[in-house]
Amino acid sequence: MAAAVSHKKDPLIRIARRDSMPLWKSVLVRVIAVIASLLVAGIIIYLLTGASPLNVYKSMLQGAFGNNSANYSQKTWQTIRDTMMLLCIAVGLAPAFKMKFWNIGAEGQVLVGGIVTAACMIYFKDLPPVLLFIVMFLGSLLAGALWGLLPAVFKSKWNTNETLFTLMMNYVALQLTSFCVAKWENPVGSNKVGIINQGVENQQGWFPAIFGQDYLLNVILVMAVTVGMFFYLKYSKQGYEISVIGDSQNTARYAGINVNKVIIRTMLISGAVCGMAGFITVAGSSHTISTSTAGGKGFTAIIVAWLAKFNTFTMILIALLITVLDKGAIQVATEFNISKDMSNMITGIILFFIIGSEFFINYRLIFRKKEKEAA
Amino acid sequence: MKRIIAVLLAVLFVCGALAACGGNKNTATKDEAKTATEANATADPNFKAGVVLVGDENEGYTFAHMEGIKAAAKKLGIADNQIIWKYNIPEDEQCKDACDDLVGQGCKVIFTNSYGHQSYTQQAATEYPNVQFVAMTGDTAKASGLKNFKNAFTRVYESRYVSGVVAGLKVKELIDAGKIADENKDKDGNIKIGYVGAYPYAEVVSGYTAFYLGIKSIVENVVMDVQYTNSWFDMVAEGAAADALMARGCVIIGQHADSTGAPSAVQKAIDSGKTVYSVGYNVDMLSVAPKAALTSATNTWEVYYEYALGTALSGGDIDTNWAEGYEKDAVAITALGESCAEGTQAKVDEVIAAIKSGELHVFDQKTFTVGGKTVEEAFATDTNGDFKPDADNAMFDGYYHESYFQSAPSFQLRIDGITELNNN
Repeated sequence: MAAAVSHKKDPLIRIARRDSMPLWKSVLVRVIAVIASLLVAGIIIYLLTGASPLNVYKSMLQGAFGNNSANYSQKTWQTIRDTMMLLCIAVGLAPAFKMKFWNIGAEGQVLVGGIVTAACMIYFKDLPPVLLFIVMFLGSLLAGALWGLLPAVFKSKWNTNETLFTLMMNYVALQLTSFCVAKWENPVGSNKVGIINQGVENQQGWFPAIFGQDYLLNVILVMAVTVGMFFYLKYSKQGYEISVIGDSQNTARYAGINVNKVIIRTMLISGAVCGMAGFITVAGSSHTISTSTAGGKGFTAIIVAWLAKFNTFTMILIALLITVLDKGAIQVATEFNISKDMSNMITGIILFFIIGSEFFINYRLIFRKKEKEAA
Repeated sequence: MKRIIAVLLAVLFVCGALAACGGNKNTATKDEAKTATEANATADPNFKAGVVLVGDENEGYTFAHMEGIKAAAKKLGIADNQIIWKYNIPEDEQCKDACDDLVGQGCKVIFTNSYGHQSYTQQAATEYPNVQFVAMTGDTAKASGLKNFKNAFTRVYESRYVSGVVAGLKVKELIDAGKIADENKDKDGNIKIGYVGAYPYAEVVSGYTAFYLGIKSIVENVVMDVQYTNSWFDMVAEGAAADALMARGCVIIGQHADSTGAPSAVQKAIDSGKTVYSVGYNVDMLSVAPKAALTSATNTWEVYYEYALGTALSGGDIDTNWAEGYEKDAVAITALGESCAEGTQAKVDEVIAAIKSGELHVFDQKTFTVGGKTVEEAFATDTNGDFKPDADNAMFDGYYHESYFQSAPSFQLRIDGITELNNN
């Protein structure tokens, strides 16, 4: 710091941007943030409920990974399944956000993907399994892509606000889901679709178990997209165009990039991947459709994508962390007989610290030097 | 700066450590307490039961189940830690996850308490043949062909009928006192009754028909309007439905929905000088509607849970379709409110005795018509999956045999005198 000029009234603390921080140091800051958040959350839990924080953390882990030999693998697989769903949406959001296109509409894109999947399961259940699988897959991609295309076209033609547009599309998708649920309700009058194609001989359109694991196919599909997206964003020409537009649209135009075309293309991809998340949820885990199918994950995934700075491999870790926290919170609520809001508080505290730690990585605090030292 | 951070961290660690120690002591005492209760227990300590609930103790329907299970467990000597509770589980795939988890924790019998949990419960039953699953209020156990999948329901239509009798006596009192205004009657001079229903399916239809027939057994010239909310628990929608019914001139507001929304709305109307009374469901409504509430029809779930837990505990097979009513005291009405007509208790006792003895049947063929005709045939079971009953004629021996072929209510005739305002 070249603070040659010393004013009489320097503020006690000044904030300055860091140029860079070595990797080990930034990792260390994040680890400290997680530890500090656990401590603070622990103190609050103890003060409010009298439960031992250590037991609370233990039960959080048990909630995510099981607490006895009978449910280790089952719980862990459920956590993996939910992580994959969150990851898939986050991966879908990555190109849009990297382009600084605020796609708040993942929730709706997931839902329409889910609706198409459920529709195929209901109406085309007599198709051969492989064909049905392909139809569901492509149908959900198309539906999600369409949901992403609309705001992108309006943005590029008339420069509409994509944040509001994508957000509003969520409500359209939600109403569409309600409509379909009412149409497909089972039993009539219940306003619920229930499990589609239930029964041992049925299960048309359900993901098959691979090596005896019901959710392994979910993992394979999402991992393929995650790896593909990483290379697409980092090494392809289109990925480069996205990051140029994200930095400055004028620069992109100057460089001869057709901005409107890239926006539309990127949102088609973004929407399609989110639609695929709907497909994976409906065909690969819940086997039903309801207005809670997306369950807010479309919004949580935004946090995942941002925290990972659009690196899809980092997203795996963050999606896992958030899912574990969520599962843990439910377990804590049951085990200690406290409201789930309490465990949401814990999740909130931990996320607050993690996001807060970014501040210490990007900025540094400069304390006012004592007069003797200054002199 | 480094020093400050170091100090801060040190403080945090110390606090954390202190908190941890304090907490440990706490659990130690808790564990002691647990062993103390276990000592009194007579039940097999390795037995575990799981419960998946759509709400928590703040929601009347779920609260009634929780109370029933706790009371039954106490009687059977099952300790608190042998029952694993899952609260606020929505009627979606989370129900299946909850069942998976309960199986993983070693539960031998698992109850899910809401109708919409059923298909997920059935899915779990398919995957874990060694665990018994009960979908309370469900109706697919028999058709599923699964040995470990069960349904259970009380004959709550009996207590709804009795609550209808209570309402009928009140209407009679109002007539005698000349308090029925013209706006309370339809164009043919029939007195209007209102009913807030949840969903337009058999469980609700059976309930409101029983309620209506109960009123009709006292006052012949009544008609009833049913307003659906499409939710089991929606305080605002239930209040709004009650308001709509009162605006139509209804003098009694019955309900088959789980919140206190309707009774509260009726109490508000009374306070503003209207003549209207409420009959609730599940819980005593006197605390929210001291003047408006006449009584509530309730289930005494303890009777079932004592049977089911006891059977599971001894390694037995729970009934695939369990249904009991007044005969086994599995249903009841809550304490009569101060607004009830004189002599209500005596009449109620008389009606209950008649139901118990089998002398009175709620769906007596002679008491209702459909399209002006007496009903000769009414099916109870759906065999082809279109949710329209097509087999098992329940109309014989002069009355509709409700909960006879399956535990869940199956009566879904729309009888004369009742109008559904918003079933689409």
